[in-house]
Amino acid sequence: MTPLAHSPHAHAQVSVGQVMATVMLALTPATLFGFWLYGWPAINVWLVSLGVALLAESVTLRIMGRPIKAALMDGSALLTAWLLALSLPPWAPWWLAAVGSLFAIVIAKQIFGGLGQNLFNPAMAARVMLLISFPLEMTSWIGAVPITSLAAPGFVDGLAITFAGTAPADGISSATLLGQVKTDLGRGIGLDQILAGLYHPDAMAWGQRAGSLGETSALLLLAGGGVLIWRRIITWHIPVAMLAGVVVPAFLASLIDPAHAPGPLYHLLSGGVILGAFFIATDPVSSPNAASGQLVFGLGCGLLTWIIRTWGGYPEGVAFAVMLMNAATPVIDRYLKPRIYGRDRKGVALTPAKESGK
Amino acid sequence: MKLNLSRRSEVRTLIMNGGECEPYLTCDDRLMRERAAKIVEGIRIIRHATGAAEVMVGIEDNKPEAIESMMAAAQGTEVRVVAVPAMYPMGSEKQLIQVLTGQEVPAGGRAADIGVLVHNVGTAYAVRDAIRFGRPLVSRIVTVSGGAVGAPGNLEVPIGTLASDLVRACGGLRGTPARLVLGGPMMGMQVSGLDVPIVKGSSGVLALTHAEVEQTQPGPCIRCSSCVRACPMGLLPLEMAARIRIGDPVGSVDWGLKDCIACGSCSYVCPAHIPLVHWFNHAKGELAARERLKLKNEATKRLADERNGRMERIAREREEAARQRAAKKAAAEAAKKAAAEAAKQAEEVA
Repeated sequence: MTPLAHSPHAHAQVSVGQVMATVMLALTPATLFGFWLYGWPAINVWLVSLGVALLAESVTLRIMGRPIKAALMDGSALLTAWLLALSLPPWAPWWLAAVGSLFAIVIAKQIFGGLGQNLFNPAMAARVMLLISFPLEMTSWIGAVPITSLAAPGFVDGLAITFAGTAPADGISSATLLGQVKTDLGRGIGLDQILAGLYHPDAMAWGQRAGSLGETSALLLLAGGGVLIWRRIITWHIPVAMLAGVVVPAFLASLIDPAHAPGPLYHLLSGGVILGAFFIATDPVSSPNAASGQLVFGLGCGLLTWIIRTWGGYPEGVAFAVMLMNAATPVIDRYLKPRIYGRDRKGVALTPAKESGK
Repeated sequence: MKLNLSRRSEVRTLIMNGGECEPYLTCDDRLMRERAAKIVEGIRIIRHATGAAEVMVGIEDNKPEAIESMMAAAQGTEVRVVAVPAMYPMGSEKQLIQVLTGQEVPAGGRAADIGVLVHNVGTAYAVRDAIRFGRPLVSRIVTVSGGAVGAPGNLEVPIGTLASDLVRACGGLRGTPARLVLGGPMMGMQVSGLDVPIVKGSSGVLALTHAEVEQTQPGPCIRCSSCVRACPMGLLPLEMAARIRIGDPVGSVDWGLKDCIACGSCSYVCPAHIPLVHWFNHAKGELAARERLKLKNEATKRLADERNGRMERIAREREEAARQRAAKKAAAEAAKKAAAEAAKQAEEVA
């Protein structure tokens, strides 16, 4: 006989591991597409990220004297590393992925107290750290070289690129659209001129562009996000609010100043907005609890992304925006709570409505 | 109790709860299917007693047979049968009132505060027996269920029957159950053995298998907010639990601990398997214990203060008495002296 337990005596068939596995499954199509698009070096980066994260997680848990197996099995470290890998340049050197994973797991997650305790999204914290510390490596993009094409490096060449730092052949390295537009706008070139040869919305929606490993395919990421909402891992609030936070100001700005402000579709399809909206900002640990708070949080993420892209020093702002809003989460949670049954929004008990004439 | 109160507080709406309290339990369902006419009769008696203008029977929409038979029985009466969504905890008074009337029971108040009275259909049935035939509540219908029961079913048994007899009548146990529960799976109480009697509040006897209980070690909270979405009261179970975990039950009250109805929804959906309701009840008990301790301390202090006052008064009175005695003595002596003096003077004069 088991010791007496408190009710309820039944439980839904869910676990943290299942949640993490579902998210990873939803990421798989976009990830596989990234592997195909950028070839063997991308696969290496992904493998290094995940491997180092698992290693870092087990070592830190061992030092803290916590059970290792249960924490490794819940898949949270894998997911963090996976998201980090997707946000790295696909041909990044191995040590960039390794340092990023170490930072994400040891500093952003375990030092704060482990799973559920981190204030900032570990993957984004690591990405921001890498971007600030290694700006060159973090902005060395390559154009699309599908693994099946002739220009793509083979398995051995891929190893050389990732582990020996062999520079990519000329003509493969490329700028991201966001970077190019930012630079050219800075030079005073008009938007229509910049976009003329670069911007193909349909190709960008599929992901045929220079960019981070897994951020490029808006459609596949959208499908993955749909799976998460369908499986009730996330709700619509944060993604929709974040997309609105980007789309609305972009639309208004493009109306006011079409020569310098790109429209909403450009913003949605470039950089990591879709990945951020469905997979990064929705990280439960560092986002608010109540639906109203999640709307505010999402809007903030979107708006900050657009502001950083438009006026900031960096061409892309998703990681910064998410981290800034992570910092605001405790405040949002404090002020935006669900209304309690039988009470008003301030928590004062309702007074029964006196019916007149009775 | 409820019936007495209703006269005073002017009940306008009488709601009959035909929503089963919890999953697994089907005793009310069977009662409504098979004895609808008698229930409706009981409902009309209660309506007459309370003077309610409106009568609604809320039945969850996963019980079409019960709805059908109750509708047939209620035909031509003032009783209105309403189908409500089958979503736990629909059998909870507050949630049923909200769905049927759109009103909410004020926090800390009673349903009667908004002119509503809620009774169970089983109560209506018992009221009819009591009023029509003078038959007191000596039996009830109990659900015997769970994966470890041979032939689950509903039994009408005299109150006081042993739970083990019920299980035996339902085909006995299959293997060793993981957990034995009196009541429903969400709010029922675990018992260590079946040698316990059925009381008037016993709705079910469950023998659950390991697969049904799905008990695993609790993990850390990942703040996924599943509990927030599941809570029918609009609370933040994860925030309450976080405060209780650090030994601050008072802090959890700020996040709505006192509004928790212990329905178990949050614990049920928690992917980290945190026993949230267990913690909440622990905190409620802790707060009650602190409250009792405070009252006890206050009472002790009051008694001690009173005793001190009393002792002081006694000491004062004693002193007073001593002083008075001394004064009397002095006065007597003075008088004596004066008399002697006077006598002496008189002698001298003479």
